Parts: sequence; structure tokens; C-alpha cells
Amino acid sequence: MQQPVLEVRGLRKEFPGVLALDGIDFRLFPGEVHALMGENGAGKSTLIKVLTGVHPADGGQVTMAGRPLRITGPLQAQQAGISTVYQEVNLCPNLSVAENLFIGREPRRRGLIHWSELRRRAEASVAELDLDIDVTARLDSFSIAIQQLVAIARAVDVEAKVLVLDEPTSSLDRDEVVQLFTVMRRLRERGVAILFVSHFLDQVYEICDRMTILRNGRLEGEYLTRDLSHVQLVSRMIGSELADLKSLAAESHRETAAPEYRSPFLVAEKLGRRGAIEPYDLTVRPGEVVGLAGLLGSGRTEAARLLFGADQADSGTVRVNGHATALRGPRAAIGHGIAFCSENRKAEGLVGELTVRENIVLALQASRGWLRPLSRTAQDDFALRWIRALDIRPGDPEAPVRNLSGGNQQKVLLARWLITDPKLLILDEPTRGIDIGAKAEIQKLVAGLAEKGMSVLFISAELEEVLRLSHKIGVLRDHRVVAQLANDGSLTPEHLMETIASGARR
Amino acid sequence: MNTTLTARLRGQVPLLVTSVLLVAMFSVGSIQYEGFFSGQVLLNLLIDNAFLLVVAVGMTFVILTGGIDLSVGAVVALSTMVSAWLVEKHHWPILVVIPLVLAIGTGLGWAMGWVVHTFEIQPFIVTLAGMFLARGLCYTISVESVSITDPSYTAMAQTRIPLPGGTFLSPSAVIAVLVAAAAFLVLHHTRFGRNVYALGGSEQSALLMGLPVARTRITVYAISGFCSALGGVLLTFYMLSGYGLHAVGLELDAIAAVVIGGTLLTGGSGYLVGTVLGVAVLGLIQTVISFQGTLSSWWTRIVIGALLFLFIVLQRLITARRHT
Repeated sequence: MQQPVLEVRGLRKEFPGVLALDGIDFRLFPGEVHALMGENGAGKSTLIKVLTGVHPADGGQVTMAGRPLRITGPLQAQQAGISTVYQEVNLCPNLSVAENLFIGREPRRRGLIHWSELRRRAEASVAELDLDIDVTARLDSFSIAIQQLVAIARAVDVEAKVLVLDEPTSSLDRDEVVQLFTVMRRLRERGVAILFVSHFLDQVYEICDRMTILRNGRLEGEYLTRDLSHVQLVSRMIGSELADLKSLAAESHRETAAPEYRSPFLVAEKLGRRGAIEPYDLTVRPGEVVGLAGLLGSGRTEAARLLFGADQADSGTVRVNGHATALRGPRAAIGHGIAFCSENRKAEGLVGELTVRENIVLALQASRGWLRPLSRTAQDDFALRWIRALDIRPGDPEAPVRNLSGGNQQKVLLARWLITDPKLLILDEPTRGIDIGAKAEIQKLVAGLAEKGMSVLFISAELEEVLRLSHKIGVLRDHRVVAQLANDGSLTPEHLMETIASGARR
Repeated sequence: MNTTLTARLRGQVPLLVTSVLLVAMFSVGSIQYEGFFSGQVLLNLLIDNAFLLVVAVGMTFVILTGGIDLSVGAVVALSTMVSAWLVEKHHWPILVVIPLVLAIGTGLGWAMGWVVHTFEIQPFIVTLAGMFLARGLCYTISVESVSITDPSYTAMAQTRIPLPGGTFLSPSAVIAVLVAAAAFLVLHHTRFGRNVYALGGSEQSALLMGLPVARTRITVYAISGFCSALGGVLLTFYMLSGYGLHAVGLELDAIAAVVIGGTLLTGGSGYLVGTVLGVAVLGLIQTVISFQGTLSSWWTRIVIGALLFLFIVLQRLITARRHT
């Protein structure tokens, strides 16, 4: 067997309080496309950042073509032959393509930049990747896909032996992905080792020869792509065998039949946004819990954000109570009785410096308008009632929210939306990162709310949780709703997992 | 190819608008007022605004990186003050005074750039502090205006370099033209110049591409400081005095000239030629108003204000379209 171009042994990286990488072994051969797989938080981006010199490693060895390598910074990693193209194009949009390719190492004549030589070299460099573009045009006059290819051309041009592509396809459409893959294959033929990170399983199977799977900062294993089925891959990423999941599902199942007879509260038709989520249809009836399942990054949040007006759809229509409406923004959505508990409760939801009371009344106050302030007694009333109803601890309305535990913060966020009495409550990963007890409480709460007639859109990575709560489940994959399944009692986590893994594309 | 062509043209719209404006103003002036249409009127633009041009050139570097330098007017004043004081009170020779003044300006600029970069403080506030500092230092020398009678200075003020057709230029004007030419070469044809654009385009990218971000940013402020000091020297030739109240508000004129010249305040886009045209527009407004004769000179400000509004909205429209 040939010698790996890049080999990592026992790599360790610690952040305060977290062991992000725990003894990772990893190797990369010349002329292969190698996928780095794992859920968010598995350590993929940390590994890449260590390899590209953004973070220093805390332990372990890296060898490049047999010789030990100490990576000290991005520039040094580049000079050692490891080039990276990040998800967001890291070039200068205001400069020409040619300049972006050669800035910092422009050919010079008598101290001045030799523009015609620069242009000639740039044309040769893009021609190498079969790109036919005007290299003197500004970079931002081209699509993101072309910009990404220019970034690759730059990376390859600095004599890269290893090319790291971090989520390069996440903002590309199908044709652009094809173009990127053509370039990747060409580089592979030239003997470049490509490390490819993507959430799109189909793409990984299309382009990659070998894959390394990480889970919770540990190495799960290295496999040849052809030896591993979709389902095996997904279960290794999630880390539970199918049998385990099956037994979990058996323990409880939702009995309530979906309230089919009621007229729908919200109907979305062909709703979509380019680069975020492909057009999908969705009907939500009063009292119905609709689950959205899929891997992290499969487009669950993106789908929900369209319904809240947090992002603007560029296709499709939404009808609320039978009336067509344009959800121009969160304010409009709130006006229609739609509430959104964001996944990222610290950054997008709660204001840590404010008290529990202030956080709870925030949305209600906003919907009344700031000219009609809630009286202090009314505020105290609301706060106390919901602290009791949701059992928020500590029960002190004047405690700053940042001092609360994750589960209690989640409850405060829920309370904020519940006092506005929404018709549709969108919960994005409401149980992530909170302990098992609080999880069960929130699940119970959701079920109770639905029984009282509220519609709930429930997004979660935990299949078992989605199955337990939902009347109907939308399965997402690769930014697309691949199936909508009625949770009629016959559905198992195994079904869901298979749908996620193999869901028919095209 | 079509899209790239329009995209490239779009970048030059502000420059085009400024050129058209300049031609239009000059044409209207020539038709309306007798004696307006002459080479000397144009050359006087350069002579009267030489110091502004030099300062605006320095400002262009800073704005291209996405920064701002509010200290330029104060540094100009400090330079006139130091020059006048050394020449009149201490009788230092001009050949010692001018390099010293230039060194002070460059050092001040360098120091502000260092603070901006090292502590990641907004350039607005750092250069505001620099502005107070430089203005204040003027009064430690003298609170009064110090006039200059030194023969080498008066010679610089009165020398006329004859040009064909009975027209002439002052030495200051020639220096300003040389500075603009050098800056053009540096900005558009050297690695440093392109790094300035890259920094203004995306600092994050510039860092990841391995460009010397720290050195570029600090140098840019040092250049602005140097240009301000040189502008101060030219203003000393023009006014033949040093005074703490010289060049009050000059930083705003310089910024206005750069913006009217089509450089984006967000950085990364603009041309040095634009700045030259911007200074010409400001000068021409003044010339037209003085030819008109009955309007108060405050009208200059009103017209500049209106123009600035126009150009900022124009910039906004261009960048907004680029992002869709």
C-alpha cells in the first residue's frame, strides 16, 4: 500500500471544559477524495481547524509524506501544502479574479506589478480547472459557485498536496455541484488528496473513495465508501444501532389520532428558498403536532424559518386560516398567531442580562407595541403564573436569565411565546442540551398544548422524541422534504432512519 | 460576458458621474461668466487646492481600507504651527524644518494606525483623539497666529513656474501633482497598493490569504499622516503663517472630495483619479461662486452638502445592487 500524504496519530484538542478531539487517527492518501463524516459537534470542524493551523493541537502527531509536521498557523499550513477552501468564500469580492488568484505573490517587473503576466498566469490557472471566465472581472460579478472554484484554483495553485473543502456545496445548486465535482475529479487524477466535508450523503457517495467517521470527538472508524451502506453510515454517525432504537420506540407511542377533520390552520404550497430549502408542501391543523426529522443541517430549521417569516421564501404560497398571506417578517407571523422558539436560545432568543420576568413579557409587550406598556402588576402576574405553570426554577421572577440552567432557560423562552397565546408554536430543538427530566417535562407540555388545540411544529434530532409526540412527520434530507409520514402507530425509528438515509432524491 | 461587462461599468459609475459633473460645471461657468473659460482658471484650481489634494490623497488610502482619518486637518494646523515657530523664533533652515515636520506627521499617523490595529479600536475614535491632540499641541506653541517672514518661505509662496500660453503654476501645485502621481502608481501598481484594496474588501480573507494585514493598515495611517504634514507645509507656503485655527474642518473637505470622487466609504473600491476629480469639483464650486459674485461663500458648503448626499445615495444604490 502506498504511503499516506498526510497522517495524524492520537490527535487531541481541548477547549475549556470540552474535549473536542480525543485521540483521533486519520490518514489521507494522494489521489483520493476522503469524506469526513459526523454530526454537528462530532469534531469535524475542530479537526479541520487543527489541520489548517487555525487552532493549535494539544497532543498527537501529524506527518506529511512521512516527515513530521508542526502546524503553527494558516500561512504555514499553506506553505506546507495543506490548502483550505472554507464554506464562505474567503477571497476579496472587490478584486478581479486574477488578483484574487495571485495577491501577495503577484509577478513584478521593476518593482511594479506585471499586469499582463499576471493575467496570463491567471488565465492558465483557471483553464486548468476547465473554467472559461474573464479573469479581469471583479470576483463578485460571478456566482458563488464560480467564486468557490476560483478559491480552489488559488488553493491548488499554491502547490497544494492536500486540499480541504469544508462544506463547499452547501450554497450550490445541482448543476454547480456537478461542475465542482468535475474539478475535484480532475484534481484527484493529478494526485491531490482531497478532504471533503459535507452534510449531503448523496454527494459523499457520489464523489468519495473513503470516509472517516467521527462521533463525539472520537474516531468511529475509517471505511471504504463502497463497503458502507447509507443506513450503516447514518447509524454510525448517530451512534445507536437500529435494534436499540426499536426497543425505545416500543415503550410508548402516541395514541391520539391526527385531527384530520378540522380545517387546516396553515397550508404551505411549494414554499422554498434557494440555497436553504427546496420547495415543500405542508399542512398544519389545529391541535396537530407536526414533527420535522432529519440530520442536523438537513434543512429543518430553514423550513421552519420560512413559516415564521424570519427568512423570505422565494417561491410558493402560505395560507393561514384559508387566507393567502405573505409572511414578510416575524412581526407579520406573530400577528397571525405564529410563534418561534429558536434552536439557538442564547443568541437568538433570550436576553441574558434581563430578568426572567422581563424575558417572559418581551414578546407580549412587542406585540402590543411599546406605546402601551404592560403595568408592573400585570407583568408580575404573567411571570408568576408561567413560572408556576412550567415549574421554572428558581421561581424568582427577578433572577437574571443567564443564571438559569439550559432547561429552565428553554422554559422561559416557551413561556414568552405561550403568553402571546399562539395558534402555531414552532419549536426548534427545544430539548437539545437539557437534562432528561426537563426533556420529559417539555414533551409533556407540548402534548398538553396540542390537546388544547394549539398546533405545534416540532423539530428535533431525536427520532424517538419526534415519534412520541407527532401526529405527522416530515422527513428532511439534503435541504429537501423527502417524505411526509402519518404517525399511525406502525412507524418505527428504523423506518425514519431508513427514510433519512435513502430518501428518494429527484 | 455581458454580466461581467455591466458589473465592471457599475464600479465606474461614480467616477463617470463626477467627470460629467466637472465638465458640466466648467461649461456652465464658461457660458455664464466672462473670463471663466481660460487655462489659468483651471490651473488656479490646482494652485488654490494643492494642500487639499495632498491631504485627500492620504485620505484615499485610509478610506480604501475601510477606515477614516479625522485628524488630518489638525495635523495640517500643527504642521503650519511647528514650521512657523521653528523658522521665525528659532531661525532653523527650511531644509531642516520641512523633513522634521513630515516626520512628525508620519509618526503621528503611524501611532494612530498602531493603536487602531493593536487594540482593534474604531479608527473614527482613535483619529478623533489624534485630532484633539494635534489641535491642542498647536496652542502649546502659541495661541496667536505666527506670521512667517523668512525669505525661503516667501520665495516658495511667490514663485511662479511659467507654462506655455502665459499660464503658470506654483511650486506647491507641482508638488501636489507629483504626490498624486506617486500615489496612483503605488495604489494601482504595487503589491502594497493591492493589499490596501484587499484589506478594504475583506479583512478576514486578506488574513487567510496570508497578506500582511497589520503592516498594511498601519502604513496606510502613516501615509495619511505624511500627506497631512505635507499638506501643512504647502498651506504654510500659501498662508505664510502658522496658526492653530488653520484648516479647521479640512478633514471633512478631504472626506467629501474622496467620496465625491467615487471611493466607497466601506472600503475596497475607488480610484485615485476619482479623488483628484473630487478635489477639482470642490474647487470649481468655489470658483463658480466667486465668479458669480453676489452669493455668499457659505453657498459653497450648501452645494457640497447637496452633492455629498447625492453621491452617498448613489454609492448605496450601487452596492445594494451588487449584493442581490
